[in-house]
Amino acid sequence: MTFSHAVWLAVALPLAGFLVNGALALKRPRATGLISVVGPGVLIAAFVVSVGVFVELWREPPGAPIIVRLWSWLPAGRLQVDLAFQVDQLSTVMMLIITGVGSLIHLYSVGYMKADPGYARFFAYMNLFVALMLVLVLGSSFPVMFIGWEGVGLCSYLLIGFWFNDKVNADAGLKAFIMNRIGDVGFLVAMFLLWRAFGSLDFGYVTQHAAGTLARGGAIVTAITLFLFLGCTGKSAQIPLYTWLPDAMAGPTPVSALIHAATMVTAGVYLVARTNVLFALAPLSSTIVAGIGALTALFAATIALRQYDIKKVLAYSTVSQLGYMFVGVGTGAYAAGVFHLATHAFFKALLFLGAGSVIHAMHQAYHASHSHEDAQDMRNMGGLRHSMPWTFGLMMVATLAIAGIPPFSGFFSKDEILAAAFARGGQAPVYYVFYGMGILAALLTAYYMARLMAMTFMGENRTGERERAHLHEAPWIMTGPLVVLGVLSFVGGVLNLPHLVGGHAALERWLEPVLAPARAMGGLVMPEGSTEYILVGAAVAIGVVGLLLGFRATLGRRMVPAKDAAPDTGLALVLNRKYYVDELYDRLVVRPLVWLSRVVLWRGVDQGLVDGAAVNGSAWASRLAGGGLRLLQSGHVGAYVVLFLVGALWILRAVIR
Amino acid sequence: MPATSLLGPSLALSAVLFSLGVAGVLLRRNAIVLFMCIELMLNAVNLSFIALAQLHGASGHIMVLFVMTVAAAEAAVGLAIILAIFRLKQSIDLKQINLLQG
Repeated sequence: MTFSHAVWLAVALPLAGFLVNGALALKRPRATGLISVVGPGVLIAAFVVSVGVFVELWREPPGAPIIVRLWSWLPAGRLQVDLAFQVDQLSTVMMLIITGVGSLIHLYSVGYMKADPGYARFFAYMNLFVALMLVLVLGSSFPVMFIGWEGVGLCSYLLIGFWFNDKVNADAGLKAFIMNRIGDVGFLVAMFLLWRAFGSLDFGYVTQHAAGTLARGGAIVTAITLFLFLGCTGKSAQIPLYTWLPDAMAGPTPVSALIHAATMVTAGVYLVARTNVLFALAPLSSTIVAGIGALTALFAATIALRQYDIKKVLAYSTVSQLGYMFVGVGTGAYAAGVFHLATHAFFKALLFLGAGSVIHAMHQAYHASHSHEDAQDMRNMGGLRHSMPWTFGLMMVATLAIAGIPPFSGFFSKDEILAAAFARGGQAPVYYVFYGMGILAALLTAYYMARLMAMTFMGENRTGERERAHLHEAPWIMTGPLVVLGVLSFVGGVLNLPHLVGGHAALERWLEPVLAPARAMGGLVMPEGSTEYILVGAAVAIGVVGLLLGFRATLGRRMVPAKDAAPDTGLALVLNRKYYVDELYDRLVVRPLVWLSRVVLWRGVDQGLVDGAAVNGSAWASRLAGGGLRLLQSGHVGAYVVLFLVGALWILRAVIR
Repeated sequence: MPATSLLGPSLALSAVLFSLGVAGVLLRRNAIVLFMCIELMLNAVNLSFIALAQLHGASGHIMVLFVMTVAAAEAAVGLAIILAIFRLKQSIDLKQINLLQG
């Protein structure tokens, strides 16, 4: 037996963990010892399987993807869908990220969620999420991927509303679910179109026959890719469907790290990379993908500038970084997009878990003094580097990574995306605009991260006199995963070291078999020589300037705790209120929809037509008819005889004529 | 005188008897009388069957036998019903038999 053919184990193990933890949640919710072993244990086992699969694939020369067929799922006439997993270079990379980062976050959760009454439920949902996320990346056809796609959405909903006693959290979960549904419709329509065009929904078949079946730049392939991308905007929180992600921060922080930063939200990027053949055939769609990505990167970065909730800053940062990934895949630099996906998984998981440690400490401090201040508001923090040196150091590493300072991982991935956008500009000048937006977003990224670090860890502490003594570093089970992620954030760049610094672009070459079909349709000439040096220099300079500006602007001002702070005004208020997009959606979509549902559908159709006309109307009509016909039943035999005679004569007349 | 020459008067008599029966059913209130009127109508029909049998053969005769059988059965059932009603109501006046009024 080989590891590749046992790849189903990687899905089955977390699924078994879900069943065990789910059963414990119902029967023995306080069996914390067992849950703490099963929850992270199955993930680590799945990681071992993933490493085994990876090593096996590494040893063999690149060939056709290995399809592990489990059973026939939808045998319906010409539609034949197997429940099958596809092991290839791309899905292996995703598997490693999901199970690797997932294991670390599960370990961290053991410390973070220990005191929560829903401990077992939490790990049940988390394990289920990982199982379905693996189905998403391993599925060998669109429908199997769609199982995972929908499943992770469900887990996201369950985990955002994990503390459902608070209505805000339950609403945030619903919002995420409904916004994702809008995108899912796009995915479904794309599948229908693919079925019409190809008669098959297998990735392998579609990849092989795409160039022969669809005209380059034709309407069909453009429609398919745009509908797929609509699915991506929902799942990966891009304009216009991004507003659910910041609200998703209502869930526990490890959830934000795993689902809403490292894995699930990158599913859209994975989908575009997986269907790279189709996007390569549709230059218009690719341009739209890159454009939406660049716009989202810039837009979200500006919002992050003026958020006070530490998790909200990171949430908008995630939206922004996802935008970068879409710039990458939209530009045709699929490897760069996946590279940024990987490094982002490292440093953003680190940032979220670090923020979790900070919130954990703040929460305990306020808990000790029975204060009801906001434990997530950065205005209540400050100076935490003295009490939490490890968290501070590690988050600093992640900050330097996301700001794109060499040699941290984010520098390489972000630089590659921007360079690719610049290179594409030679063919289509609009990409120069995307490049410019990316550079500007990079400046803002460095700025808001510096602001976050300065407000949280530097300057004077603003938590309060009584609380200060209770601020302390998180236990080792939480700090340990942070250290591992810190190392990965630092050295993650070696995955795909560019030639410029003597690397071999390992990830790009590794993904070559998956991305080759797209490459064959339109290559990208990457800048070399002096242009490359200038681009790299500009990116680094932007990052450094952003960080310096951020630290100076934040530390130069006297800050006060949230309860004493003056309200924001002008542009700062607009940014703090997120450009009022939520309010706009509320006015334009939610309220008309509620009005339509209430007035037209409920009072009009349901109460008026269904209840009034159909149900009560038919009852009224039969009662009226019955009341009339009742009079005929006089009970007098004579009357019956007369009627009988009239009827007989009438029939006689009809017969004679 | 050929047998068929009696056809016209026979049918006329049959029509008269039938009409008498109908009128009796419509106008009388006594259940027994009403019953007899029904018998009268049946026999009026029998008469016309016999008369027409001269033209169409034996089927008319056979039909008459059937009608008489049914009439006998009907008389048995009908008289039993009338007896039961009398026991219940001490009357066989149709005006009083209106249990089925809606």
